[in-house]
Amino acid sequence: MTRRPAPAALFAAFLSIALSGFGGVLPFARRMLVDRRGWMSADDFNETLSLCQSLPGPNIVNMSIVVGARAAGWRGSLAAVAGLVIAPMLIVIALGALYSRFGGVTVIRHALLGLAAAAAGLVVATAARMAEPLLKSRPIVAAPFIAAAFAAVAVAGWPLPYVLLALAPISVGAAWWRRQRQRRRA
Amino acid sequence: MKASDSLLALALQFAGLSLVAFGGANAVIPEIHRQAVEVHHWMTNEDFAALFAIAQAAPGPNFLLSTLVGWKVAGLFGALTATAAMCAPSCLLTFWVAKLWDRYRETEWRAAVGGGLAPVTVGFVFATAFVLVRAADADWRLALMTAASAGAVFYTKLNPLWCLGAAALLGATGLFG
Repeated sequence: MTRRPAPAALFAAFLSIALSGFGGVLPFARRMLVDRRGWMSADDFNETLSLCQSLPGPNIVNMSIVVGARAAGWRGSLAAVAGLVIAPMLIVIALGALYSRFGGVTVIRHALLGLAAAAAGLVVATAARMAEPLLKSRPIVAAPFIAAAFAAVAVAGWPLPYVLLALAPISVGAAWWRRQRQRRRA
Repeated sequence: MKASDSLLALALQFAGLSLVAFGGANAVIPEIHRQAVEVHHWMTNEDFAALFAIAQAAPGPNFLLSTLVGWKVAGLFGALTATAAMCAPSCLLTFWVAKLWDRYRETEWRAAVGGGLAPVTVGFVFATAFVLVRAADADWRLALMTAASAGAVFYTKLNPLWCLGAAALLGATGLFG
């Protein structure tokens, strides 16, 4: 890391990231942390992102914790995550209040029907985008676990935490086996 | 149910989900839906679809659905409780693991854990899509809207916000009513 920002600067940077990102905050995070502030290199960013992706919780929230901690310890983490969370939370609560007040008005209700249908479509696209690289690079180990996780949760309606606990060890084992085999071939 | 009971139920539900939300909040939406609509009857399917749409249309990270579910169940305190419960456990875990992580760069098991969790997460996001499509698409016109937005975002670099805006406008004309 080139510079060590203070908690106040971390708060401001993550506040601005939170408010510029609609639907996906990560591109804005990269632009802010790497290009504009110079707090981390592009490699640092990718490395940190892969850590954040392998932990539970939204990637960008985890990213704020890690960047904050490396800069200024727990105070840095607290400042960064507060900057990221508080403003969007207040905005969405305001929108929720408007919904409960005007959600019954016909025009609003109709607009929300369209909005909800399109929002569901965005998740379909996200899922397809996430699946594409996995199915191209390692279809044999990826496809069964994608299908099993989907079927258990969506079709059977089983509680997701149990499905995760059951599938993750087998899937991680399969990934391990695949890596070992590749290594022996190399 | 008393107010304190629903706050406790919210806190427990989201704190638990926080620790299994590999791949982010979108992966645990089927479970939020199951609890909020089927187990606790906090809201209808249509409410759930609308709250998700509002969370998507607002700026910020995608845990905001939990804020809205909390708000719907128990007002402002519910929103704060659900948001804190959704964030705090995974944040503490990340804070703690980040220190260890730098010590174990480039190890085999780390790559295996990442590679193994990915397909399960993707399966969960497909389940999220399934749950949302079922909640949002009451008839074929809405299903067509979903397909159009999915196609537009998958095949082009269009900002998703345009999709949401266009869909809301189309809806306001009464096309889907």
